[in-house]
Amino acid sequence: MSSGETPAAPLVLVVDDVDHGREIFAEYLEFRGFRVATAADGLEALEKAFELRPDVILMDLSLPGIDGWEATRRLKQDERTRAIPVIALTAHALASAHDRARAVGCDAVVTKPCLPKDLEQEVRRQLAARKAGESDVRP
Amino acid sequence: MASVAHLDVLPRSGDGTGSKAKLALVDALLAEQEARPCAVLTLRWLERHTGVERAVCAVVDHESGRLTGFTGLGVSLAAMDSFSVDLADRTHPLVVALGGGEPVAFHDSQSLLRTFETPLGNTSFYAVPLGGGKDETGLGLLLLTGLDDGPVSDDVLWAAELFGMRLGSIWYRRVQADERRHKRERSWLFAVINAVTDPLLLTDADGRILVANTGAEMLLTAGEDKREGWRRAVALNNMLFSASLFTSAAERGPTRRELLLVDPSEGEDLLFEVLSTPVAIRLGETGVVSVLRNVTDLRRATEEIEENYRRLGVAEAATRAERDRLDLILNSVLDPILVTDPAGNIMRMNPPAERMFTFPAGKRKVEVERRVRTNDAVFTSFVSSLYAGQSRHWRRQLSLLDPQTGATVPVEAISGKVVSKQGEETAVVTILHDLTEAEEKARLYEQVKRHSEELREKVREATAELAEQNELLRRQAFQLEQASAMKSQFLANVSHELRTPLNAIIGYTHLMLEGVSGEMNRAQQDKLARIDANARHLLAVINDLLDITRIESGKMPVQSERVLLPELIDEVMAEVEPLIAGTRLEVSRLLSPDLPEIETDRQKVKQIVLNLLSNALKFTPQGSVAIRLEHECEAGEISIAVTDTGIGIAEENQKTIFEAFEQANSSFARRQGGTGLGLTICRRLAHLLDGRIILTSRLAEGSTFTLFLPCKPRTA
Repeated sequence: MSSGETPAAPLVLVVDDVDHGREIFAEYLEFRGFRVATAADGLEALEKAFELRPDVILMDLSLPGIDGWEATRRLKQDERTRAIPVIALTAHALASAHDRARAVGCDAVVTKPCLPKDLEQEVRRQLAARKAGESDVRP
Repeated sequence: MASVAHLDVLPRSGDGTGSKAKLALVDALLAEQEARPCAVLTLRWLERHTGVERAVCAVVDHESGRLTGFTGLGVSLAAMDSFSVDLADRTHPLVVALGGGEPVAFHDSQSLLRTFETPLGNTSFYAVPLGGGKDETGLGLLLLTGLDDGPVSDDVLWAAELFGMRLGSIWYRRVQADERRHKRERSWLFAVINAVTDPLLLTDADGRILVANTGAEMLLTAGEDKREGWRRAVALNNMLFSASLFTSAAERGPTRRELLLVDPSEGEDLLFEVLSTPVAIRLGETGVVSVLRNVTDLRRATEEIEENYRRLGVAEAATRAERDRLDLILNSVLDPILVTDPAGNIMRMNPPAERMFTFPAGKRKVEVERRVRTNDAVFTSFVSSLYAGQSRHWRRQLSLLDPQTGATVPVEAISGKVVSKQGEETAVVTILHDLTEAEEKARLYEQVKRHSEELREKVREATAELAEQNELLRRQAFQLEQASAMKSQFLANVSHELRTPLNAIIGYTHLMLEGVSGEMNRAQQDKLARIDANARHLLAVINDLLDITRIESGKMPVQSERVLLPELIDEVMAEVEPLIAGTRLEVSRLLSPDLPEIETDRQKVKQIVLNLLSNALKFTPQGSVAIRLEHECEAGEISIAVTDTGIGIAEENQKTIFEAFEQANSSFARRQGGTGLGLTICRRLAHLLDGRIILTSRLAEGSTFTLFLPCKPRTA
């Protein structure tokens, strides 16, 4: 679980207040070769995001204290973290929850339960999109 | 005097009788003033001195023109009275004897004597004329019997002459006196007729004027001294008068007629009323007395009176017409109208007033009359109060009684004084307006008002109640909304809370199956696959429940977009490819070439078709499944039909198949992994898209589910 084994591997910040929720996706993504950091609430997520500058953030929305929507809003307002793709990860199936997520700046919404490999696909898509966006920005 | 003169010529006395006897007769006759005693004296003298036996003295009566018995000797009075000889009978022997002047002897032997009668009968007699024969016809005759035959003695002749002279003398005196008297009477008569201002005339049968008073003379006679105009007027008047006389001559009695003459002095027309009366003027001759009454002024006055009368008649007619008109107007008014004089007496009234103020004709009824009197008293009191007041109009409410029913009749009396041009109050006109109806209306109005108030109150109450109910409903609605929101929230929470552990189950199962925690043996893998399948089924049920909840609470958003159906079918086929691969079914698709692009919610159409197709695959053990898309041009619809050769659905189940948790064959369905909510969701989604799903099926032969969708959404 130590970071920096392969510096080239993308860093994914998995935020979830539920232990097994963090564990499943973190374990699977590490197994699939990603670097993974975790946070159990919104405040920790913000601290880790500012500190580690991950390549992708998996953000559970229902969090104690600062919830996922608020945390995403702050990340997207901050110059340092604005460019990091945020994938909302939620057990809320209603469209309103998804809409609110997109409204605060989430780049994608994935509904739980979801297969770990489907989540990995979404992470890779976001990374590819970010890469393409960066290449667009600096030609 | 005259008698003395006559006596001067006494007849000479003859030789026969002594002078003494004759002188005695003369004295006796002279002493007598009346004719009849003279006759008697003479006849007695003749009897005594001359041998006369019986005698008759007959005298001529000029008035009647007859010789009549005057006095007799030795004859009956009746024979004397009836003796009369018409002097006009010239051949009568006595008339002849009278005219002869000489004594005539009539012998009883002669047949002549038998041709006439005398009071003497059929004895021989001598007829000796009286007097000296001065008169043509003589004074009369002495009829004497007993005389010797031969010439009549001188004594007889002397006595006859003497008596004749004496008779003549007496009669002459009488005539003279008569004449004087006549003259006097005549002058009186003329004074009288002249005093009559009306012209008065006596005319003979030929119309000649015999007598005329001054009035008549002025009209009908003209002296030589008169003017020419006067004379001409008089001539004209005479002509007119004669003509008028002639026209009335035929009448026997008095006649009356009008005659227009000319006033000779003034020349004006004068109208006379002529009264003519026939009178005998002479023996066998008739004249006419005419009185002319000047009616010129009378006529004028009459005409004036007639004119005035006519004018009066016209004025009266006009007044009557006016009055009739007034009556008509008064009578046409339904309200009682009364006209009273200043004393308060009713002068006129119309029928409605009569009904209130007069006793009805027919049988008297004490009650009715008492009511009428009461009304009269009330009204009289009202009118007198009006006279006492200064104002010309008066208005007051009175309470009268209906004479027939005795019911109280409230009236409004409106009175006005009628004042003449001279400012004199001549009458009072009063109209009585029946207020019964007005009071009834007022009463009804009050009632209506009260009811209206009550109604308004009720409405107010009802409104308040309604408002309360509304408030309650609003609260209930709010509560329902809240409840609904809470339900949705609850379901969302339940879903969230179910999903979180499911995520763990599915996630860990997957990690293990992926070999993240090391390799699994075959048995372990099979068991993990079972866990995975059941977890996924549970997830599908949760998702379906959530869908139904969202549709029912109207929170399922519809996002329309242009949809190309062939593409959509491709996607569906790709998704069911693993399912198809697990079967040996022949799956075909038939797309009509004219399919248009439609505007709808792509995701929901896909959900429906996917559901129908997976159902068909699940419930068809063998055979085929076909999907056919057609354009229903006329209806403006697209039909997507999924047909299978599966187990089919019994007719009795076809209606309930779309209800939640209904599956025709539950155990089979469960084995197939259905949630029992699929068709329910499909139908509701179809409705959401303004479409519908139709099922045709036969048990054990197969089913066809057809989704019809509008090409364009009906609602915005």
